[in-house]
Amino acid sequence: MVALTPPVPSGDRAPRAQKVTLALVALLLAAGVASLAVGAAGVSPWAVLGDWLAGEAIGLRERVILFDIRLPRLVTGALVGASLAVAGAVMQGLFRNPLADPGIVGVSAGASLGAVLVIVLGGLLPAGLLALAGSHLVPIGAFLGGWASTLLLYRISTRAGRTSVATMLLAGIAMAALAGAGMGVLIFLADDAQLRDLTFWNMGSLAGSSWTRLAAAAPVMILGLLAVPFMARALNALSLGEATAMHLGIRVERAKRLAILAVAAMTGAAVAVSGGIGFVGIVVPHLLRLAMGPDHRFLLPAAGLLGAALLIGADMVARTIAAPAELPIGIVTALAGGPFFLWILLRKRGLVDL
Amino acid sequence: MRGLLVVAALAATPTLAQDRVVVAGSALCEVVAALGQVDRVVGRDTTCLYPEVFAELPDVGYLRALSPEGLLSLDPDLILADVDAGPPATMDLVAASAVPVVRIAADFTEAGVIARIEGVAGALGVDPAPLVGSVTEGFATLAEARAAAESPRVLFILSAAGGRVMAAGQGTAAQGILTLAGAQNVLDGFEGYRPLTDEAIAAAAPDAILMMDRSGDHALDDAAILAHPALGLTPAAQNGRIVRMDGALLLGFGPRTPEAALALIRALEG
Repeated sequence: MVALTPPVPSGDRAPRAQKVTLALVALLLAAGVASLAVGAAGVSPWAVLGDWLAGEAIGLRERVILFDIRLPRLVTGALVGASLAVAGAVMQGLFRNPLADPGIVGVSAGASLGAVLVIVLGGLLPAGLLALAGSHLVPIGAFLGGWASTLLLYRISTRAGRTSVATMLLAGIAMAALAGAGMGVLIFLADDAQLRDLTFWNMGSLAGSSWTRLAAAAPVMILGLLAVPFMARALNALSLGEATAMHLGIRVERAKRLAILAVAAMTGAAVAVSGGIGFVGIVVPHLLRLAMGPDHRFLLPAAGLLGAALLIGADMVARTIAAPAELPIGIVTALAGGPFFLWILLRKRGLVDL
Repeated sequence: MRGLLVVAALAATPTLAQDRVVVAGSALCEVVAALGQVDRVVGRDTTCLYPEVFAELPDVGYLRALSPEGLLSLDPDLILADVDAGPPATMDLVAASAVPVVRIAADFTEAGVIARIEGVAGALGVDPAPLVGSVTEGFATLAEARAAAESPRVLFILSAAGGRVMAAGQGTAAQGILTLAGAQNVLDGFEGYRPLTDEAIAAAAPDAILMMDRSGDHALDDAAILAHPALGLTPAAQNGRIVRMDGALLLGFGPRTPEAALALIRALEG
């Protein structure tokens, strides 16, 4: 049970949620502007904007850095952060379990297996296919892997048109173990260079962001993000239990199916473009529940905003702190977020006691 | 005459103006230094450790995890990169900003070393002949020494973290340097570096063990080798034929390779 209903503040928390949401919009905008302005190369968007307004030609280097490196990275970071955080919020609501995260429906494990499969055995694919996919082969592998494992898990846990959430949770753990074993075999087969690629992929990075990659992944993430707000009422009702939700007039099976599909789409696409970025899906929804309560109508959009801002901020740190080298972003999210989350837990222990 | 040739080569090469070069790949760094072109380098990747002058230059990160903006922030007019440099998306973006990227691929053989030198010299617009000449001479000396040397069966241990022995199979730089030194790799059943079982080590029964100079858990001192259940029983450990050499020298496959292989022959002779 998500026993996150705080005992102290009672009554309508909608005004508070709206204030928090407004603050988050401001935060996201600030993070976006800062992210465009900050970078190893010291190119200032203001100077470029000034040049452009003055009718001067923008140098190729400035153009590439601003529009082909920083901007797609910003958009990718925002979409990935929003997708992971929203997917986490949906999963926690659907499973009525505060520990649920996108990983639980098997997407992450499947996506990792798909990526590892391509990194290690991609060389065996026909040359024509390799040339066609180019550097997008690993993201494609990750996405297909994520989807395949979600669909399989869904099949396993659905009997006679009813999806058992408990079965899905347990089967997800079994599938993650299986995918882990598969990755173990591939890691054993991998050569030295491939092992290095695997390690870096697992730590996650937005360094590979580009418009072409975004063009493939963004529609999937955006579709998922747009679908989610329509589930808010159903998720609120589901927190009372499936039977109660049904009596409240919620089409439970349909809601579950929709939620799982949306989560698989968002997480699959997010993992495909960024690799393994953990932590966002768990921390963001919990922080927001503490700040504005568990009502999914406010929680879901807010999770998207905070997830996007958080990942943009983390990416800013990742690409400047060791410049001209770059830290994997997964390290930044975990290093910064872990202690912060612990601190919140300790301060508000009474509120999140399960 | 040689001076004239150099001038001719320089005049014929329009790339001379490039004096903001980023180098990614340890062997390429060694070649750049041996060609006397270090002062044209403005950045290097984490694997460039030799010669030490590179340590003072900005580090653009690990060879396989380069960041596009990090590379461009150095404002390079040439990027010399090993074929392993990546990720591919980064290399695509850098190429899109009209910075010339020269990728150099070469294998772990004598011809590979020469090809690497010629590739780097060509990209930098300098004459490779003097360096190729001295390296070829080195290989000739090496060939004589190799002919005179016996052909020991050697086990190359990459790491022994936690007592698990990771050893070199076929197609590795370790295999390449062993071949140049006239030695045989005891392991020929697999490609790359793999963890070995104790039984496989015992069955391989190497005459000598070769390792890199390292510290910490990856390293094994002689006492630890003798105490290891499988390594301790090998002829190599029993006769104390355990060789440690600097990793960059041994596996670099740059201009120092003839020297490295020669040193390896001497060390294996004990």
